[in-house]
Amino acid sequence: MKFTLHIWRQENARAKGHFETYPLEGISPDCSFLEMLDILNEQLINDHIAHPVCFDNDCREGICGMCGLYINGRPHGNDDGITTCQLHMRKFHDGDDIWIEPWRAKPFPVIRDLVVDRSAFDKIIQAGGYISTTTGGVPDANTIPIPKHKADMAMDAASCIGCGACVAACKNASAMLFVGAKVSHLALLPQGQIEVADRVHKMVCKMDELGFGSCTNTYACEAECPKLIRRQNISRLNRQWIGALLGRDRK
Amino acid sequence: MKLDSKIPAGPLAEKWTNYKASQKLVNPANKRKLDIIVVGTGLAGASAAASLGAMGFNVDIFCIQDSPRRAHSIAAQGGINAAKNYQNDGDSVERLFRDTIKGGDYRAREANVYRLAEVSGAIIDQCVAQGVPFARDYGGLLDNRSFGGAQVSRTFYAKGQTGQQLLLGAYGALSREIARGTVKLHTRCEMMDLVVVEGRARGIIVRNLVNGDLERYAAHAVVLATGGYGNLYYLSTNAMNSNGSAAWVCHRKGAAFANPCYVQIHPTCIPVHGDYQSKLTLMSESLRNDGRIWVPKKKEDAEAIRAGKLKPTEIPEENRDYYLERRYPAFGNLVPRDVASRAAKERCDAGYGVGTGYAVYLDFADAIQRLGKDFVEQKYGNLFQMYQKITDENPYETPMMIYPAIHYTMGGLWVDYELQTTIPGLFAAGEANFSDHGANRLGASALMQGLADGYFVLPYTMQNYLADQIYVGKISATTPEFDKAEVAVRERLNKLTTIGGDKTVDHFHKALGKIMWEYCGMARNTESLNKAKKLVSQLENEFWKKVFIPGTANEFNPELEKAYRLEDYFELAQLVIDDAMHREESCGGHFRTEHQTEDGETLRDDEHFMYVAAWEYQGHGNPETMEKEPLVYEHIQIANRNYK
Repeated sequence: MKFTLHIWRQENARAKGHFETYPLEGISPDCSFLEMLDILNEQLINDHIAHPVCFDNDCREGICGMCGLYINGRPHGNDDGITTCQLHMRKFHDGDDIWIEPWRAKPFPVIRDLVVDRSAFDKIIQAGGYISTTTGGVPDANTIPIPKHKADMAMDAASCIGCGACVAACKNASAMLFVGAKVSHLALLPQGQIEVADRVHKMVCKMDELGFGSCTNTYACEAECPKLIRRQNISRLNRQWIGALLGRDRK
Repeated sequence: MKLDSKIPAGPLAEKWTNYKASQKLVNPANKRKLDIIVVGTGLAGASAAASLGAMGFNVDIFCIQDSPRRAHSIAAQGGINAAKNYQNDGDSVERLFRDTIKGGDYRAREANVYRLAEVSGAIIDQCVAQGVPFARDYGGLLDNRSFGGAQVSRTFYAKGQTGQQLLLGAYGALSREIARGTVKLHTRCEMMDLVVVEGRARGIIVRNLVNGDLERYAAHAVVLATGGYGNLYYLSTNAMNSNGSAAWVCHRKGAAFANPCYVQIHPTCIPVHGDYQSKLTLMSESLRNDGRIWVPKKKEDAEAIRAGKLKPTEIPEENRDYYLERRYPAFGNLVPRDVASRAAKERCDAGYGVGTGYAVYLDFADAIQRLGKDFVEQKYGNLFQMYQKITDENPYETPMMIYPAIHYTMGGLWVDYELQTTIPGLFAAGEANFSDHGANRLGASALMQGLADGYFVLPYTMQNYLADQIYVGKISATTPEFDKAEVAVRERLNKLTTIGGDKTVDHFHKALGKIMWEYCGMARNTESLNKAKKLVSQLENEFWKKVFIPGTANEFNPELEKAYRLEDYFELAQLVIDDAMHREESCGGHFRTEHQTEDGETLRDDEHFMYVAAWEYQGHGNPETMEKEPLVYEHIQIANRNYK
């Protein structure tokens, strides 16, 4: 297959970025999107044309959350329920123009080319996205029965990979789906109840502080989530948040 | 070098209890004065840092990715073993211990494995307390499934994403400690060297991957939890950035490297399809609970399938060879990984392979008929989806095609019972050490070992080391040892960036991988190993002349990262080959074709090889020297490993 690639190039965080165009031929339809970029880089290096295109990637099986490219206007490209590394060239047409950009969101500054800094997500989790346990001294696992449907819902929420597609898809760069998923995962489990109000309060405040926008209620995040995390998690977050506010007032 | 495994005295079942009762401790006020470096944020690193931080030590933790949650533990699919006996099917600590020793083909240390089995239950308790959403049955209690090498159901799981959920649990615990200030997180930082002062590990040199700066960190002890070296083979189930370099620089500084030739090849991966391919995707072992592995019984059918003239669903039952069920009736499709991998290779080499000729079928038709499509979808849905995305085939309708691929390395830094390497103050945990799996790891035991090391072993054993470190005061990072290490790293980077050839790093890495897979992979012999040795040397020489690394060392430069990791792989490859050459027997993942039974099973030589081979670095290009740690089995009865 043959493509014309338009790729965002930016030397570092301070430099001004721009699009560069690279033609590419002889790509197998079974090639993954990132393998296609590997081939491009191989050519750029071999022919000393330019510095290879930098892009984050690691597991290449859709679970680490490291890769994330904005492809033809969609985070992770034109397929549902996948990450960029799981996108295959057979999803494109021969001769297509492909526009490749990094996540565009203020809290995710560009490091180089298509690589962005997502440490803001770590900071939100550090604000309270966990159940406070120290190692040892916990009860036997089966002393806490959890209804299967609750456990399954918690699992679905917990399957978020922290890639940032939800933020990139949102015109407000809101992190509501990411935060909602973590809040839901823990709020659905009995173990997570004790810190429920405190957790949602701290995580939402941190999210605001880091510059993520407010929810547009258009759910582009849900449409683009590679793990199909549902918007109900945002509703649950909002319920928890109101509950937390009321609870705090009582205090 | 003298190896002292420091196995506590007393009966096997009491060793760990006795150790804990008599070890040295550090009081809470003194813990604050002690600094610990943890390298790696996977299950072992994150759980160790979180536990040590919560105890009150000052911890600095490092990872090469943009977040600790990216570590490759995240990709483990199937599950985690624990001797809970929730299924009332005869499981116990003793049983898990025996299965693990037998699975490892009697090449693991008894005391370590027993301790692993002993703490396995506490891991599940810990994870549930953290909110890990394990699968449950309708009564709300935890569900289990079976994995290879076991006749009980002791594997806990969270859909096909168990590693992800366990890692996120540990990441949560780590995040809490970061927020409390006991742990300091350093992302996009790569350990480039270990600093040894007066014989003790005292710090590390790291490269900031964003701007290329070299930074120094000093501490009273260093924990290495940087995973395995499977990427030596280029195509593997490991992540692209997984590498063996941090462990290797420790080896260069004097830490012994044990059993490097024990490499695990996973039987169920999506087969190789093209030269541009960058990695192989695993299909969880859990699929072997319900999937049946087969190839056509007739060669002409296999040929017709390869030519695209016949579909697998058109082959009648009587013309299918369920070769695992045929050869190993007692364990069937759930034989250990090395056995299943070799059996697949044997069939394909004999001309019965499908696809490109290097693939076999993993068929769910029976399970779908027996349990219904919905049930299968619920249990394995995400794996089926992953398979379909990659291959463009629907595994509900046509059998999956699978083939073995490099997956895990049992070998690693030599550690004693305390998980301390031969350099005092340097500890190794998880896949980075060699300790618990012998010559073959059982499925769902890597997660168990990583978390056991981090949550329940290091927090005890490190105190035993640190107890007398309260007298040495703060460790300085401005000593000549740090200067020297930093200069050496700088020179190494300069050398790489100034070669100016015309080939990419990947070109060499792919070539190295092919040599190792071909001549030091699933089957090895003297001839193939000699050949591998020669080819690797030639390739390394060519690398130093012809590689081209664009850019400089003072910027974000992934090509440079690949280059220095590959440089280490060249040395590591030589050691893997030497170790495979010296071990004149077959055991677990190490299969020497000269040493097999009449029906093609591994043939151990307990008289001569019942030991751990610990190698000591002797400078670049020089053969390493080897020390033996004899394996003494006081408790278990040594037997032939029989899964028939």
